[in-house]
Amino acid sequence: MTHRIVILGGGTGGTLTANRLRRIYKKEEASITVVDQDDRHVYQPGLLFVPFGLTHPEDIVRPRSRQLRKGIDYVRSAIDHVDIEAEQVHLTNGDALPYDVLVVATGVDLLPDETEGMTGPGWMSKVFTFYNLEGASALEGALAKFEGGKVVINIVDMPIKCPIAPLEFAFMADWYFHERGIRDDVELTYVTPLDGAFTKPTAAAALGHLLDEKGVHVVTEFNTGEVDGESGRLVSYDGREVPFDLAVMIPIHGGAEYVGRSEGLGDELNFVPTNPATLQSTVKPNVFAIGDATNLPTSKAGSVTHFEGEVLVENIRRFLAGEQMDATYDGHANCFIETGFHKAMLIDFNYDTEPLPGHFPTQVGMPLLKESRLNHLGKLMFQWFYWHSLLPGRDIPGIKPDMPLAGKALSRS
Amino acid sequence: MTTKTVDGVAVEVNDEGFFEKPEQWTEAMVPVLCKEEGIDEVTDDHMKVIRFVRNEYETKGTGPTVRALGKTSGVSVKELYQLFPKGPAKIAARVAGIPKPKGCV
Repeated sequence: MTHRIVILGGGTGGTLTANRLRRIYKKEEASITVVDQDDRHVYQPGLLFVPFGLTHPEDIVRPRSRQLRKGIDYVRSAIDHVDIEAEQVHLTNGDALPYDVLVVATGVDLLPDETEGMTGPGWMSKVFTFYNLEGASALEGALAKFEGGKVVINIVDMPIKCPIAPLEFAFMADWYFHERGIRDDVELTYVTPLDGAFTKPTAAAALGHLLDEKGVHVVTEFNTGEVDGESGRLVSYDGREVPFDLAVMIPIHGGAEYVGRSEGLGDELNFVPTNPATLQSTVKPNVFAIGDATNLPTSKAGSVTHFEGEVLVENIRRFLAGEQMDATYDGHANCFIETGFHKAMLIDFNYDTEPLPGHFPTQVGMPLLKESRLNHLGKLMFQWFYWHSLLPGRDIPGIKPDMPLAGKALSRS
Repeated sequence: MTTKTVDGVAVEVNDEGFFEKPEQWTEAMVPVLCKEEGIDEVTDDHMKVIRFVRNEYETKGTGPTVRALGKTSGVSVKELYQLFPKGPAKIAARVAGIPKPKGCV
């Protein structure tokens, strides 16, 4: 019998899952179908560099279909809903796709409309986001014309994709205005709902220190209730205000809209309830989820998705073979943090171990939680690995899915 | 961890004032706990949110975030902040006698 595997989403998770599955199953053993509404695969880590003119939209977008191995069907359509009881995906083009295994890999949607005023007056003229291609490009134009004043970077609420990207934006903005010779005329403020610069204590302290060094003001525990583009101010639910001339917003994130239309598939924020160790959903045994689409307590990031891929594919194989699930995903995440001036930091962590200082992956390796030029080169090189190693579903040499402890300074935790 | 007396009953709370043992909580403690948070008058709306939070914890093992509360409790985020100005998820969890809601990463 040919297994029918349907993968919703042709981004990082969907693509690497499809490619890994195609390698383990012969064509007659399984049909693999990937569904996506458009054919633009964006290298999302590149979005950070667009506003500063360091990369361009055409350099970070490739066709989704071209990233898939031969023998994978690509269906271009939006999804209306999934019927998890009848085991069918209903597309907006009217077709229905029956499945034996479903993989939800549709990531997150940005929901700027959920915050009062964000998309009102000033949206895309002094209120921007760099979390999508359109926003990042528009912000490039606005930054180029910016001659001084108050710039705020605001995370509205967690969870967000790549929780360090807003910090990187602050570091990069500091560097950018410095290079333009107007840093003294720009007031940079980082406004976050968290009680520190990052979610994990050791890294929060190191990153908070770095913000301080770079003269970025930090406003914590700020829950944005309203963005007033007209008079240029963020207003929190508890009545505090932060004025701005230019606002860089990270809007509220939610799971894909169709998840909400699919009875029983998602939680109240449209994320798929997922077993943290196996990546099998808890809603139905033949529904799996990967990457940003899950409700897992790990960062929504490409590295996480990559590390999840191996366990996910093994578990789909086991499920179809009637075997026990392999419960070994440990929440491993690994991120380069661009800090400007040709330097970057590297952090590596999982569900239980917060980002610690040391070296990665062993004692002889890249410095962790510390700025270096080597990490900056690593960040730049990563784009090559993304297209040529990560999406094809191959491992990055020397880096395994489970988090290495070898080079970490555990005693300092 | 410290022990404090609420409404004549000894309860264990952590450094941040969250109950260590949710089973030690009773609804009768709510007015006292609210007063500690600067909420002098406990309205029906407060109770609606507190019962909801408590129920969420009992069924799901963690209290809801503000956004989840706004979507599922029938009280809007704006109103939640009017009821619990210092942070609805945190304060409601504290007065409902449940652990700090698991934040997101």
